[in-house]
Formats: sequence, C-alpha cells, structure tokens
Amino acid sequence: MSVPRYWRKQQNRYRLRGTHCETCGRYFFPPRNLCPTCRRDGTIVDYEFKGDGKVRTYSIIRTASEDYDLQTPFVLAVVELEEGTCLTAQVICTPEEVYIGMPVKKAFRRIIADGDAGVIVYGTKFVPA
Amino acid sequence: MREVAVVGIGVTEFGEKWETSFRNLFVEAGAMALEDANMSGDQIDEMFVGNMSAGRFVLQEHIGALIADYAGLVGNHIPATRTEAACASGGLAFRQAYTTVASGLNDIVIAGGVEKMTDVGGSVTTDALAGAADREWEGLVGATFPGLYAMIATDYMHRYGLTREQLAMVSVKNHANGAKNPIAQYRKEITVEDVIRSTRVADPLRLLDCSPVTDGAAAVILCPMEMARQFTDTPIRVLASAQACDTISLHDRRDISTLDATVAAGKRAYAQAGVTPKEIGMVEVHDCFTIAEICAIEDLGFCAKGEAGKLTEDGQTALGGSIPVNTSGGLKSCGHPVGATGIKQVAEIVAQLRGEAGARQVDAEIGMTHNVGGTGATVVCNILGV
Amino acid sequence: MVGIISYGAYIPRFRIKTEEIARVWGADGAEIARGLGVREKSVPDFDEDTITISVEAARGALARRPLDPGEIGAIYVGSESHPYAVKPSAAAVGEAIGATPVMTAADCEFACKAGTAAIQTGMGLVKSGMVTYAVAIGADTAQGAPGDALEYTASAGGAAIIVGNDDPIAEINHTCSYTTDTPDFWRREGQEYPSHGGRFSGDPAYFKHVQGAARLMLEQMGTTPSDYDYAVFHQPNAKFPTKVAGMLGFSREQITPGLAVPRLGNTYSGAVPVGISATLDIAKPGDRIFVTSYGSGAGSDAFDITVTDVIDSDVFNRNAAPTVEQLLANPVYLDYALYAKHKGKILMQ
Repeated sequence: MSVPRYWRKQQNRYRLRGTHCETCGRYFFPPRNLCPTCRRDGTIVDYEFKGDGKVRTYSIIRTASEDYDLQTPFVLAVVELEEGTCLTAQVICTPEEVYIGMPVKKAFRRIIADGDAGVIVYGTKFVPA
Repeated sequence: MREVAVVGIGVTEFGEKWETSFRNLFVEAGAMALEDANMSGDQIDEMFVGNMSAGRFVLQEHIGALIADYAGLVGNHIPATRTEAACASGGLAFRQAYTTVASGLNDIVIAGGVEKMTDVGGSVTTDALAGAADREWEGLVGATFPGLYAMIATDYMHRYGLTREQLAMVSVKNHANGAKNPIAQYRKEITVEDVIRSTRVADPLRLLDCSPVTDGAAAVILCPMEMARQFTDTPIRVLASAQACDTISLHDRRDISTLDATVAAGKRAYAQAGVTPKEIGMVEVHDCFTIAEICAIEDLGFCAKGEAGKLTEDGQTALGGSIPVNTSGGLKSCGHPVGATGIKQVAEIVAQLRGEAGARQVDAEIGMTHNVGGTGATVVCNILGV
Repeated sequence: MVGIISYGAYIPRFRIKTEEIARVWGADGAEIARGLGVREKSVPDFDEDTITISVEAARGALARRPLDPGEIGAIYVGSESHPYAVKPSAAAVGEAIGATPVMTAADCEFACKAGTAAIQTGMGLVKSGMVTYAVAIGADTAQGAPGDALEYTASAGGAAIIVGNDDPIAEINHTCSYTTDTPDFWRREGQEYPSHGGRFSGDPAYFKHVQGAARLMLEQMGTTPSDYDYAVFHQPNAKFPTKVAGMLGFSREQITPGLAVPRLGNTYSGAVPVGISATLDIAKPGDRIFVTSYGSGAGSDAFDITVTDVIDSDVFNRNAAPTVEQLLANPVYLDYALYAKHKGKILMQ
C-alpha cells in the first residue's frame, strides 16, 4: 500500500467526506472534483455524509485476495446513502442477515493492513442500523 | 471510410500453457494469422496488441515493441501499440486496427491480444483483475471481480426472478459449445447440477459460473475490402466496429443490471452496419460470468429485459436456436486470456462465416462480437458479414 | 467546574465463554468462571483494534452531545494495545472525528489505568484554560497468552470521556493518585504477551494501590463511602473490585451498575472508563460517583464525581448512543477455534 495514496484519501475514508455540487445539487461519494452534470459550470464543495443508507445490492464474498482472506465470508454491498449517492462497502453482519433494502449506518473499521510492518488503512464500513 | 475485411485469423490453444511464455504465445497466434492470410510479415503496416496486465502477470510493460520484436517485425520499424481496457483490451485493438484501415491511413494491420495469467498465484490474479474496476473505491474495500458481477446477479435475480438453475444453464450451454471447439480450455460438457454444486465464490455465483484463468493469444489481419481477395477467397467484411464507455464503478451506474455501455455500443454498431438484432445470426458475448451473458443478450436487444433466462432455458441461445450465443464456448468454456478474448471472439465469428467452424457451425451471414472491460465501463461491439 | 461533558462506550459484538476457553486447556470452566466472576469476555472482530474502538466510543460521545469538533483541543488515548508501537492512535481518532488539525494529541500507557491518566491529563489542560474540550479515551484489545490465566479475561472495548468546563453532565470534584514502582505485570518491548507476578499482583499491587488512592480521596474530600451513590473500581475480574469495595466499606449495590466485567471481561485501559459509562447510563442528577482505577506497575487514580441536571437536559441526549447494557446485549458467541482466528493466534504462512 502506497502511503501517500492512502493518506491522501484518509478523510474521505474515515469520515465519508465526499463532495457536493452546489449548482445542480448532486452529492458525490466517492468524491469527485468535477461534477459530471455541470462540468466546468459546477461549484464543488466538500460534504460530510451522515452515513445512513440502505443496501441496494450485495454479495457474500467467499474467495478474496490475500489482504481480505481472513475475513471471508464477508458481505460486500452497494450502499445507497440517504443523500442519494451510492458506494461500495463491506457490511458487518452475517451472510444470513443481509437483504436488499436493509437499513445500515456507518462504522469505523480497519480496511487492510500492509503486512505486519506496513501502514494500516482505516475507513468506513457499514453495520445494520 | 473504406470498407474493411478480415483476411487472416489465428488463435492459440487456450489453457494453462506452462511451457509457453507470454511473448511466444503471441508469436504463435500472429504466425497462424499470417499463414491464414497467405501473407508475409513485411506487408504489415501497423500492429495493435490488446493486453490487460502483463505488468502484474509477467512484470512486463512496453508490450507493443516487445511483441513486434519477437514477431520479427522490427525490421521495418512499424508502429506497434498496446491497447488496454481491462478485459476489452482485445476489442480495443481490433477497433483501432479497423479505424486506421478504414480511414486510409494503413492498408494492412494486425490486431492481436495476449494474456499470460498462470505465472502468478491465484491471489495475485484476483488482485490484478480487481484493477479492472475502481481500485480506490471498489477494490480497496474488498470487492473482487466475481463479487461485483455477483452484486449484478443479486440485483437481477431480485428484480426479474431469474432462477439459480437458469443462470447455470448459461454455463452448461457454453460448455456444450466449448466441447466442440478444439482450442477450448475446457472441452467437456457439464450439468446444471455440476454448476449449482460447485464451490461458492461470491454468492450467488459459484465456480462454474466464472470464466477461468487462461493463457492464450489471438490475432487477426485486416485490410481494405478492395485488396482482400489478394489474400483469401473468403474475406469477411467488418460491417461495424463500435465502442462505448460508462462509469468505472458499478455503484455509479444508472441501473445495476443494465450495462448502458453495451446498449450504446450495440446501438452504434447496428446503426453503422445498417442491421437490427433480428438480422444477427450468432453472437459472441462477454460471458466472464454467467450473469454477464444474461445481461448482454438483453442489452444487445436479442430479447426484452428480464427474458434472457427464459430464452436460455428454452434453448434459443444454443446451437440450432434462434440466436446462438457463444458458439466458441464463450469465456466460460473456451477460456478467458483477458487481453486475447476480444480478438478470439472476432476469429470465431470469421471462422463461422467462412463455414470453417466444424461441429459448432451455424448457418448465418452476419455475426456479432461483444467485449466488455471491467463491469461494463468499456464495451466494444463488432458486426461482421460475408 | 471541570467535568464530564459527554461520554460514549464501544464493545465488539463477539464473545467467548470462560468455559469454552477452559475446555481447550482441560480446566474446570465452571470453577474458573465462579472464581473470577467472569462468565464470558468480548472478542474483537478481524477489523477492530484500539483505534477503531476509540473512534466508535468518541463518536458515541459526540452523538450524545453534538459540539464543534474543532473546539476539541486535546485527544489522549490510553491503551496497552495501540496498533502501532510508533504512530499515535490519538491522531487517527482526531482525524476520524474531525478534530484535526488544531489540537494536541498523544497516546498514554500505564497498563490498565492509561484511560484514567488520560482523563487527568485532559482535566489539567481544561482547568488551566489551555483547551476548551479534551477527549480522554481508554481502550484495549487486551492480550493474554494462550493457556495463561489472563486469557480468561483479556477482552476488547473502551470508552471516551469528553472533559470540559461548560455545563458538564457530571462535575469532577477532585482527583488524586497513588503511584509506586511495583512490577506485578509488564510487557517488554517486542513481546507479544504480557507477563505477570501471579499472586503478587494481589496484595502488594492491586489492593495496596487501589486502597491507597481511595483512602487518600476519602481523606482529602472528608467523605465516607456512604456519601456516594455508586462506586467504580478497576475490574480485572469480579473478585478484586468486590473485595476491595468491601475492604473500603462500599456495598455491593454501589458497585454493581459499574461492574461490567462478568459479561465483558477485562478491557484493561477501557475497564474503568466503561465502568464510568455504565454508571452514567443510569445515574440521576445529584448522584455522586466514587471511582478508582488501577494500572500495574503500579498506580491508582481516584475521582470524586457528582452528576448534574445537565444529564437530563436538552443539551444532552443519553439515547443518542448505545448504553453499555445495550452493547453487552445480543452477542455473537465464538468457539475457541474462531476466537484464535480472531485474535491472530493461528500460525499462518
């Protein structure tokens, strides 16, 4: 894990800090620094999402790459935030618990660690609300 | 724009090619294509090579020159370029080649694709393929490639009532076709039971819903139609070559279960060729996962949304059906050497239109290919005809 | 007066029963559970550590009392399981709750009393006017070597206390400490698990220091145990705090609300802050709480706290974050194999 690459997005990952286009009203998470609707006419400002949403679709990951192997099976979902934008995230619950439309809220968790000696990447996952 | 023809095709055997290196795979396919076109390498004006991730799989970048070098094509110092759009890298190479010939910039161009995936362990493969989606906001949170398609499947099954068995039938049908294809990685038939009892990868997808890890290469040679008969008695016309893009992440799509880039590239291709889906006699679609074939059949307009499961169950997508899909065995059974797939699809349609497809021969005059990068962020559709 | 502005606790949802651990080592689980007074202990998820526990606890405190995180001038995280040996947990917590960059931060370590040391440090900064609010956190994913007595109790959890001057929900009337150099429990640099002095950790360590600080407090405040509604003592097990309470003259009723250890285990630096949280979860305005922590090595910090009307006022919403009781409810039980996987005790390539 590249340290600058992780550090640069830290606030976005830790606090669900995305962006908002004041021109058209769209919200973005992951953050965008250009509104795809308004492009250069858009005014982009930072926006911290509340972290409440619902599961739009999901999968139970049974086979993962090495960094996530210990956590399998885990729930991966597209979560639709209250503000209307969607993101991909893990949902901390058993495979039997998750369903389309399940209300969820943000939780602060470890995402990956770069081995035993490298940096730990923290970020936002979701738990049943 | 000039009319363009495919005059030569070459595809290596697909599979775990332990003894063959990345560069030699391509040289093998390229030589087969030149042989097929009865042509000398010196006649080639330019080369495009589709490759997704040689940097991860064999730690090699600068693929264009490397391939040209080992193919013996550096004597004339031709332009040699690698194209990359994840699993659509091959489709991209074909479209680039088509564009330069159609525009008159070049006369003879080789478009190829190659991937050597078995030099690394499964975990590295999973990780490298995750780079086809958004590394930062999908891959980093634990999204695997099967996981992303599995989320499409969850959404699709929830909305359209597709059954687990219908999904399995896609794989069963593709294996039936692949069993008849001498270059296919898995030349064996499987049953619905085999699929729904195979190892769970990412619910609801199981191992036999997923295309395999494959080594392989493919190459085709394009030239203006007016020159084509110098090289072959059976030139195949490129009626359309269209490309479209969409959001890199699945979560930003308008509709999880519709690949809008497929819809756009398909429409563009139909318009360019002046045909409708009804006139397409067979199609090679990008079945990296069974659900992907279901979506593709609908998004390309072969049936209405929600009906591809039924169409598959009714045998309409099998050999002898109303729209045979993936006569090669598709990515599932023929194998999926990522960068080579888009070119192999073209080679299959060319072989079919020439009447050289043997036991899997379909009687048709127009065929189509559909090559997807990522979860639908890039799509290339080509239409070919006799 | 300086006091507690808000508080929040966090406990992972997994548990392992004392009897399940005993089964693996061929010990009598029922007897051990009875002796320690610990029926089960919390276990962190694969993706939980002292930083994630601290952030969730701090977010709970901020949910109960929304204040401008920019006014948080200091964050101290007390733990003996900081994920990094060098790189502050407190800075990550600050970033996650939006308190950065105009703040000071540091990690504290004093075995199981690092959390109360953080509270005292925060009080000093608030009292001196150096900061408006200080966040003091005690959290641990405690380590106990497989087969060691500590394994039955070493658990995961923590709590955050926001210290400030304006309208506290509980005033901290006084704090005092009692510290000596007593090696009853330690972990050398680079060692994975702590070592301890067995029965030496009793009389010359826990009981001497807890009584030392507690009696100092009673003497300095001119109070007796009956002046307090509740008492919270460090709880490495249920036996020690119950015994020391008796020695000091506190009743079982006074310590019960703040005694989370039977269902939680020993969260080390988190133990007393969680005990304070559990007590504040049920306290009424005017209630007086007596607190004494203990950290091996060794020392105790005592606090005399009075709950104010603010706890029931509009500026504070106790229901905006889960109570300790709610955090302890509906756990997911693990067997020893899964517990070993959670704790990284399985040797992997």
